[in-house]
Amino acid sequence: MRETRAVLDALDRAIINRLQGDFPLCDEPYAELGRALGVDAATLIARLRKMLDEGVLTRFGPMFQVERMGGRYLLAALAVPEARYEEVAARVNADHAVAHNYRRDHALNMWFVLAVETPEALDQACARLEAATGLAVYAFPKEREFFVEMKLTV
Amino acid sequence: MNAALPQQDELDRRLVLATQAGLPLVERPYDALAEQCGMPAAEVQRRLAAMLARGAIRRIGAVPNHYALGYTANGMSVWDVDDACIAELGARVGRLPGVTHCYQRPRHLPLWPYNLFAMLHGRDRPAVLEQVAEIRALLGPACRAHEVLFSTRILKKTGLRLGS
Repeated sequence: MRETRAVLDALDRAIINRLQGDFPLCDEPYAELGRALGVDAATLIARLRKMLDEGVLTRFGPMFQVERMGGRYLLAALAVPEARYEEVAARVNADHAVAHNYRRDHALNMWFVLAVETPEALDQACARLEAATGLAVYAFPKEREFFVEMKLTV
Repeated sequence: MNAALPQQDELDRRLVLATQAGLPLVERPYDALAEQCGMPAAEVQRRLAAMLARGAIRRIGAVPNHYALGYTANGMSVWDVDDACIAELGARVGRLPGVTHCYQRPRHLPLWPYNLFAMLHGRDRPAVLEQVAEIRALLGPACRAHEVLFSTRILKKTGLRLGS
């Protein structure tokens, strides 16, 4: 995972800002978006591929709302002893239900998001992680959503 | 969950599986998906549009790596807010410009007294801490305690992965 700042030109920035909105649903969407950005489809595709390869973009495509398809997300945390941190991170990351995992400064020092297809799979994933790590999983299900949007201007 | 399933049929599922790693980087990506999923090209666009309309797809677009874009400070601000006020105050916190996610979540006492989570992104920690001060002022006496958990390392970041 890239953790340093990338060098981006004006076109890269325009593409990133534009693609935090909606990508067209039409036969030739890259050509259509390219017209708005003043480039042809091949140039746009090449830039997207480069930014994905370099880790500037983590993903390009449909953003699925798992809950609307019957699935579930869960934010959860572990209090990992420092001496075991790398080992526990490897065990948690190896679980396919873990979509994101971040180290944070707190007694609860490992925060991850589980994304699964069914409510039952959520309970199973928590039990699996507790068995794999020997640590208690603190679950933070959302009780109310106030805002969700990830928009960064670059 | 079964209530959500009737709309999520086998062809939709094939589309999810075919696009969860990303949209094809070819001039006619929906045609490529049609071939891959065994359905007419127009059907791919129709189904994606329907999934967008009912919220199964939030949007089609890119997810930038905020570290690579210079947003290197990522603080999860957490707040112990009076339950009687959280609906109104949470909505106001969620509307602040630097807040990208904002949720009410359960406390785990005594270790974790916080019930409001607001994710903040900034170019550096001082920028995030300015946002924290703004939220603190907004919450006023309804807030009993707060903390900011900065992320110090990305351990894993992938999109949704359904089994095939």
